[in-house]
Amino acid sequence: MSIDTTAAAQTDTRARIAEYLSRFFPVHDLKDDENIFELGFVSSMFAMQLVSFTEHEFGITVENEDLELEHFQSISALDAFVTRKLLAAAPR
Amino acid sequence: MTTVKCVVWDLDDTVWDGVLLEDGDVKLRPGVLDVLRTLDERGILHSIASRNDPAAALAKLTELGIADYFLHPQIHWGSKSDSVRAVAEAFNIGIDTLAFVDDQPFERDEVRFAHPAVLCVDALDVERIPGMPEMRPRFVTADSKERRHLYRADIRRKEAQDVHHGTDEEFLASLSMRFTIGPAAERDLQRAEELTVRTNQLNATGYTYSYEELDAFRRSPGHDLLVAGLEDRYGTYGKIGLALVERGEDAWTVKLLLMSCRVMSRGVGSVLLGHLIRAAHAAGVKLRAEFVPTDRNRTMFVTYKFAGFTQVAADGEVSVLEHDGKHLPGIPPYMDVTVED
Repeated sequence: MSIDTTAAAQTDTRARIAEYLSRFFPVHDLKDDENIFELGFVSSMFAMQLVSFTEHEFGITVENEDLELEHFQSISALDAFVTRKLLAAAPR
Repeated sequence: MTTVKCVVWDLDDTVWDGVLLEDGDVKLRPGVLDVLRTLDERGILHSIASRNDPAAALAKLTELGIADYFLHPQIHWGSKSDSVRAVAEAFNIGIDTLAFVDDQPFERDEVRFAHPAVLCVDALDVERIPGMPEMRPRFVTADSKERRHLYRADIRRKEAQDVHHGTDEEFLASLSMRFTIGPAAERDLQRAEELTVRTNQLNATGYTYSYEELDAFRRSPGHDLLVAGLEDRYGTYGKIGLALVERGEDAWTVKLLLMSCRVMSRGVGSVLLGHLIRAAHAAGVKLRAEFVPTDRNRTMFVTYKFAGFTQVAADGEVSVLEHDGKHLPGIPPYMDVTVED
């Protein structure tokens, strides 16, 4: 993969996460680094939906030890987590 | 042995004598009405898997005065195994908790082949159904007698949600939900035991306790046994949550946290857990929770982790999670929460 396409893939991941999260915070212009868990009540349903979205949208498995708030708390945190998981899963 | 939660009925030559599309004047088969009524009073639900014309079949059920017994009827020309699966999904219950009644050996075999865990019953044996051990829940509580109406209210909510435009949270706000948390009273114990036995998906440990054990916890000064109830503009959901907390000197341990799967989409697991976090914080103690993973209770693990818990110990299959004492959850804006003493 060239540097250009890597950058494009990263932008794409971020955009898909931002688009998904914006559905839950429609009146709020969500910043990349904003902590979504401080914006309001985090229901067990939202938590599970976010984990399922991450797995299905990017084809990765979120292991129990990956289930840390810091990986899911903002657009950029989730982007970094997904990118790391995709890299670890990619054939070398 | 699994107790049956729902019986799925064929119609032609099973619920009524004859084939509706050949003879519009079909009559109820003897004994069927008694079976419908008896199981309904035990909290066992009824549904339908029939290859038929849906409008004609529903009109006949209404004319026979039994339409209200059946929820999520599957009346179409597709396979019965698909219909049985659709019923389990519509109720959000395990397919192993269904029974299927049909006069045709071919249909029973087709369902049995696709879903070996479904109890298949010949329509000739219909009068034996109430006596089957699978049809005898351990307790019949106020909630179980009302179960059909609770699910009927759920269907009306679902219909309202389907036509709702806007976010899930806006829909939840439109329900005017009232959530109550209080110590279990003696009259709650049968329902509490029923919840520990019936709940798989939203159950953090899967521990089951007998009526006597729960009663002992209820009286024990070292334990809190809490029951949660929920209602909204469509009516009550009944008692839908249970928590057992062991109160140590410097830490409380949640031994049991469970929620009925009917309220999964309401996010109430976090609300009950949030109450425990705030109560422990107010008492100046740590809050720990036991967790036993199964292939179905991942939502509970996510609930704990996203509420600020981390794993601090593991003993065999039991993990011990501990709250960081920092993230104190609020109350969701779309819900009234009342804590009773």
